[in-house]
Amino acid sequence: MRVLLLSMRMLSREWRSGELGVLLLALTVAVAALTGVGFLVSRISAAVSMQASQVLAADIRLESPQPIDEAELAMARQNGLRVASAASLLSVVFRGDQSQLTDIDAVTEGYPLRGTVMVADQPFAKGRPARGIPPPGEVWPDSRLLAALGGQVGSRLTVGAADLRVGRVLISRPDQGGTFTGLVPNLLMNAADLPRTQLIQPGSRVTHAALFAGTPERLATFKAALRAHRHPAERLRDISSTSPQIKSAVDRAGRFLSLASLVAVLLCATAVAMSARRYVGRHLDAVALLKTLGATRRLTLWLASLQLLAVAVLAAVMGSSVGYAAQAWLLYALRGLLISTALPPVSWSPVGMGFLTAIALLTGFALPPLLQLSRVPAIRVLRRDIGPPPPLLLLAFGPAIAVILLLIYWVVLDRKLFLGFTVGLAAFVALLALTGALLVMAAGRLRAGAGVAWRYGIASIRRRRGDSIVQIVAFGTGIMALLLLGIIRNDLDGDWRRSLPADLPNYFFVNIPAASRDAFIRYLQMRGARTSRVLPMIRGRLTAINGRPVDTLRFADHRGEEFATREQNLTWSAELGADNRVVAGRWWAQADEGEPLVSISTEFEQWLGLRLGDRLTFDIAGETFKVRVTNIRKVKWDSFKPNFFIVFAPGLLEKVAGTYLTSAYLAPGAAQSLAGLARQFPSVSIFDIDDLLDDVRSVLDKAVLAVQSVFAFTLLAGLTVLLAAVQSSGDERRYESAMLRTLGASRRTVLKGVLAEFAALGLLSGLIAAAGASVAAYFLTTRVLDLRYAFSPWACLVGLLGGGFIVIASGWLATRSVVRQPPLTTLRADI
Amino acid sequence: MPSAQATAVRSSVLKAEHLTKQVQSPEGLLTIVHDVSLDIASGESVAVVGPSGAGKSTLLALLAGLDLPTQGRVLLEGLDLTRLDEDGRARIRAQRVGFVFQSFHLIPSLTALENVMLPLELAGHVQARLAALETLRQVGLKERARHYPRQLSGGEQQRVALARAFVTQPAVLFADEPTGNLDAATGGRIGQLLFEMNAQSRTTLVLVTHDHDLASRCERIVHMDAGGVR
Repeated sequence: MRVLLLSMRMLSREWRSGELGVLLLALTVAVAALTGVGFLVSRISAAVSMQASQVLAADIRLESPQPIDEAELAMARQNGLRVASAASLLSVVFRGDQSQLTDIDAVTEGYPLRGTVMVADQPFAKGRPARGIPPPGEVWPDSRLLAALGGQVGSRLTVGAADLRVGRVLISRPDQGGTFTGLVPNLLMNAADLPRTQLIQPGSRVTHAALFAGTPERLATFKAALRAHRHPAERLRDISSTSPQIKSAVDRAGRFLSLASLVAVLLCATAVAMSARRYVGRHLDAVALLKTLGATRRLTLWLASLQLLAVAVLAAVMGSSVGYAAQAWLLYALRGLLISTALPPVSWSPVGMGFLTAIALLTGFALPPLLQLSRVPAIRVLRRDIGPPPPLLLLAFGPAIAVILLLIYWVVLDRKLFLGFTVGLAAFVALLALTGALLVMAAGRLRAGAGVAWRYGIASIRRRRGDSIVQIVAFGTGIMALLLLGIIRNDLDGDWRRSLPADLPNYFFVNIPAASRDAFIRYLQMRGARTSRVLPMIRGRLTAINGRPVDTLRFADHRGEEFATREQNLTWSAELGADNRVVAGRWWAQADEGEPLVSISTEFEQWLGLRLGDRLTFDIAGETFKVRVTNIRKVKWDSFKPNFFIVFAPGLLEKVAGTYLTSAYLAPGAAQSLAGLARQFPSVSIFDIDDLLDDVRSVLDKAVLAVQSVFAFTLLAGLTVLLAAVQSSGDERRYESAMLRTLGASRRTVLKGVLAEFAALGLLSGLIAAAGASVAAYFLTTRVLDLRYAFSPWACLVGLLGGGFIVIASGWLATRSVVRQPPLTTLRADI
Repeated sequence: MPSAQATAVRSSVLKAEHLTKQVQSPEGLLTIVHDVSLDIASGESVAVVGPSGAGKSTLLALLAGLDLPTQGRVLLEGLDLTRLDEDGRARIRAQRVGFVFQSFHLIPSLTALENVMLPLELAGHVQARLAALETLRQVGLKERARHYPRQLSGGEQQRVALARAFVTQPAVLFADEPTGNLDAATGGRIGQLLFEMNAQSRTTLVLVTHDHDLASRCERIVHMDAGGVR
């Protein structure tokens, strides 16, 4: 108790005198950056997931050919989830003599749980959000259905045995799907009217869906329970099985944010280590004196540990508050970028993580030097040259390395990435240390020939050889992290923007008959539409892999099972699309025409566990085709051009009757001519994916926002490192400056000397950082983020000059006040 | 000045027996203190004088238990310091020993008052603040109790150091060149104050100094040269 009181008293005195300021600042920025990133990531990831969930109209969707078990719905309600139902079936809808095969969706109150139904009063008009679902007695047919039947709002449609009024035109619903499962027009109705239609009879093909939404924790519990209890025919869909475009955007953003927050963590660790070093350096005399006055080693250790703990608590509270305020401000400032009206509330777990990290950073980086501090002998009061005995190497670096490794693993949670990151980091730090040592050695030669300021500056590097090496490592790591983040951010942002230009195809056309293909394309082009490639589309089923029937095979991934049991869309093509890249095997040559060869996408490869050379058997319109996997393609799904998981070599499937598929960009005005198109080519299905594109754009906007905000936090962390590094040698520098001025050096000379030293350190660390960042960016963009890497000489230049400039500026800021002070003040303070 | 007879009857408080201190140097084994024996009585004041490098400060460090001899032993109030570990010696210092240094060694982050309170707090005194204020009053710095060392002159800083040394009422006070960093006038006043306070508290004083005036005020002068006592 006495020790506790004493340490608190001493802490408050230290605090008043500003001695703990730098350590507290470093730690506070560390916690602020971490919790700020944590708050942001948790909120934006949740928003991104929520946005992605809209494609399902729910967080989880359970689909079955049988009505969903009431017990499962009750279980969901018990778990605190919101629930809605939808039944989907194909039937012919009539208006007088006109008829059209239609996908009818009967939904219950609450639908959609995520996303919005868009309606209008005219076909093909701009949609507005609908309030609720069609009331009983009313239906909302989509533009194509109304165009085909020639009806309008107020018309009456016959659905099965029921006669229902057209209340609105359905423009889009969130779960209409980007995967083209339905090729027919759509109609939304109230589930209460379904019995009246008498459409559901024994043997009818109906897809029943239960929709669930709620908090992530409750969803996770429910999902686990559902996986254990669901019927074999039931299919569970969540964000991971929605459209691949959104999934890849979410994945990339998630990976990037993890890496960015990791960089912030490591920068902060460096800042804490440097501040702790400075703290210890400044307290050697005080501890020696305490011992002279009778303090035991145990007591000094306790005092230091309790003070550290108090600093950790203080930094955690202050840092978390700053982090929270910063993310709130950032989201407020950038609110225009957010399409959705509200972000999910803050999760408080980052505060706990911030506190744990503060403790971990202090334990790993500040405790070892403090242990050393407690070993300083009392005799130092008489002989200042005596310091604490050198520490055991393991004790000095062990805790820091352990904390770094734990933190890295905690953030990346991926063994391969963890190994790559740690080995890369260790190699980079070793390279920096080696270069620093070489600079110190070369400093002797560099001194000659220049003026006194330069000589004094370079001599300082050599004199403080340990400090100089540590500073090069700190500056280098900081600049490297910032550059790396800058390069990757540009690559990521650029790639996303490139992948979603404004004239991206916004309409898909499916079911184009072979006979009217050319006339159809001409029709579109005459109306100013920009069409993309036209690919044939044939339905077929995979029946065997390497001669073994698929129903006897077990697949590691449940998506493999879905692939193997469902009808697939197949195509053939002589050319490889620009948005496809062969990652294994070779694309076919002209000589391969008519050969039984097939190309598969990487998704198909992974989910079914296929390899090059595997033999696949397809049943296409009753005919058996045996083909060999010749190549594997990586498909950029977010190109929004027609793409297929399975592409056959040309000359095989031409005989099979199929239709064509294409996509096109239509400017908003041109979209009106679609009604005419629907009448002239009645069999063609038109998919308006403008809303889907808006969804994807919105997701990307959020991801870009997150990336930029994380960058801001990391920048702040990096600057703190620089400040801590400059301050760590500040006292000695202050004393030397005063001495030089006493000996007659002008302020200008002293300042020039300091600048020469920092310039040498900064330029050298900037150079190595630029090289390191380029190498790391190459691996990260190509191996982790799946992007194209373009070497940027600008990055090197920015690293070199920017690094030099920032370091010089920090050095100038830190020493400016000292140089301005009369030397006597500094010298007297030091006595 | 006490008579020789009075000195003889006083009991021994600090005793050095055949102290030798050797250290490794680039030139080989260096002997800094060589076979020094001393017996200092309770309340006695002893000045250790000699040229620079004679080993005065090292002898002081050995006597105060700040360092251990290579040979010989130091008895403080009968307790063998050389048989105690560092923490054991620290406890003895907290209870029985006070220090004054040439470069004052005040903690820059603490006020004058807090610097004086420090040894009391380390020893667990409840009324540390009152006692410290009273001692600061004795050295004439009560009004400057809230000042930090950098706001005080050299003489004032040494007076704070004196207050810190006497506040625990130590059995033995070690002073290492207490006037070495001060001008003659200020040094004179500090010396005066040191002896006044010493007389009041009847503390045993071991003083290392170059200042002949100061040394001459002690009851006994020990001359050191090349590590030995003449």
